Amino acid sequence: MLKYIGRRILVLIPTLLAVVFIVLFIMNLTPGDPGTLILGEQASREEIEAKNEELGFNDPFPVRYVNYVVDLCQGDLGNSWKTGRPVMGELLSRLPVTATLAIGSILIGSIVGILFGILSAVKQYSFLDFAGTTIAMALASFPGFWIGMMLILFFSLYLRWLPSFGAGDLKHFILPWITAACPLMASQLRMTRTSMLEVIRADYIRTARAKGQKESKVIIQHALRNALLPVITIMGINFGASLGGTVTIETVFTLPGVGSLIIEAIRMKDVPLVTGATVMLATFFALIMLVVDVMYAYIDPRIKSRYTRK
Amino acid sequence: MGEKNVKINLKKQSQAKEIWHRFLKNKTAVLGLVIFAVIMLVVIFADLIVSYDTALAQNILERLQGPSGAHIFGTDNFGRDIAARIIHGSRNSLLVGIGAVAIGITLGGLLGAIAGYYGGWLDTIIGRVLDTVMSIPLMLLVLTLVTALGNSLVNVLLAMMIANIPHYMRIVRAAILSVVGQDYIEAAKACGTPSYKIICKHVIPNAIGPIIVQATMAVGTMILNAAGISFIGMGIQPPTPEWGAMLNEGKQFMTMYPHIVIFPGVAIGLTALALNLMGDGLRDALDPKLKD
Repeated sequence: MLKYIGRRILVLIPTLLAVVFIVLFIMNLTPGDPGTLILGEQASREEIEAKNEELGFNDPFPVRYVNYVVDLCQGDLGNSWKTGRPVMGELLSRLPVTATLAIGSILIGSIVGILFGILSAVKQYSFLDFAGTTIAMALASFPGFWIGMMLILFFSLYLRWLPSFGAGDLKHFILPWITAACPLMASQLRMTRTSMLEVIRADYIRTARAKGQKESKVIIQHALRNALLPVITIMGINFGASLGGTVTIETVFTLPGVGSLIIEAIRMKDVPLVTGATVMLATFFALIMLVVDVMYAYIDPRIKSRYTRK
Repeated sequence: MGEKNVKINLKKQSQAKEIWHRFLKNKTAVLGLVIFAVIMLVVIFADLIVSYDTALAQNILERLQGPSGAHIFGTDNFGRDIAARIIHGSRNSLLVGIGAVAIGITLGGLLGAIAGYYGGWLDTIIGRVLDTVMSIPLMLLVLTLVTALGNSLVNVLLAMMIANIPHYMRIVRAAILSVVGQDYIEAAKACGTPSYKIICKHVIPNAIGPIIVQATMAVGTMILNAAGISFIGMGIQPPTPEWGAMLNEGKQFMTMYPHIVIFPGVAIGLTALALNLMGDGLRDALDPKLKD
């Protein structure tokens, strides 16, 4: 098992090198230079040129790539062109808000989605099933940020229950959590339902019922456990995606998270910040998927035996 | 018992017809199809319903009016008719959605077909490269591409297409793989049929079903993503009418004049919902086994 985890982390290295290459390459195509960005339009040509030279902007692309990778190996993500502060610090200062948003929404989305997914599958073709799948489809169809706006209109302006913007105490997160949870809930419900439906017709479920097992035990211990793998995969993908993909929701609720930081950075062509953020998010994503794969082994003894035999 | 009866029984209904009949039995799928057909009619005949100039015409005296007889969805902060902007915005949103999926699925499909059919080291290499691209968050990749290419409708389309090629490739590869192992492919190979002929005549027709289902739903996702991009102020720029951009412009007025943001959002949601309902219905119609 440890060997497997080690190998997966080693595979992460070439992936990250390629990710850095792609992002630097795309950013290389965008117009603008750091000298003008830092010193402003009024600065003299010579000053701008000197600044560009100092930051290595005039080096050929391969040289810049290698330099970045060498720094990255030492854990240095460089300094932001805009503020001059280390990229790592900038990212870490924004991470708590994004993490709070992502963890809260993944919890709400998963719990509600899995619960209603199970109920939909157990009571297939009932009214509950119809309502659940229809609502899930509607939630997945409307843009998350628009649902957020509607929630603001209703809960903040009409009922005046909850704050609509900023990141203070947890109360500020209730609406963003629900907003971000909507699409997650939808995909989780659909995946759980499909997976449960496949399992529920299996022979061992019939056997469990035939031997007089309680229905709740049949569903939870026999069916759910076997249907859990795709459910957990979706949870992992959703969690990884919500760490980097909540830009629009951060915009609606004016939350100072990683997403809005990246948007500013892309607009300003702050190459070190954009690249650093991408490296961080890609690493998170890979690690989350690794955790998902390791969890497989704990849920499914068949998969576990494959690791231990080696 | 005449021979005629036997003949009629033997006559096989074409598969497309069978699928169509199953599709029509599904009420929610038909509802999706009807909504989508209406939206497509609006897209095609937008100029006949209301002129493009109306969608751009500003009238400060009539700004921020609620829905009324003259302006059924009200007016925005420049006094422009929201209904006219939604009607003409439909063209941009659907062009981006359908265009990105159509081109992307052709290119991604080609890669996926090669990877799925030939397998081996080619499959490994293509898979590794695309896995890498997929580990970059989608929104981030699209936004950097849009910045590199410049803000315009065509560039948003291109950026979303490029960023989504790995997803399309996966879909096509999975569909192809489910066919490649079948006996009839083995038989065609044994007969000495050239590979390109096997791919075009046997593999693609048999694998196309799930690909169409995924493509239908992907158009909905693309429309949502495109709206998200213009919502954060990148991509399609004002005054071009576009649903996401309308939400972005209306954001600061929504507390006092909610109608500004309600209608464009409903337009996006209805379109994506129609596509999802259709996709779901198609899936059930193509593979009736899945239903029960």
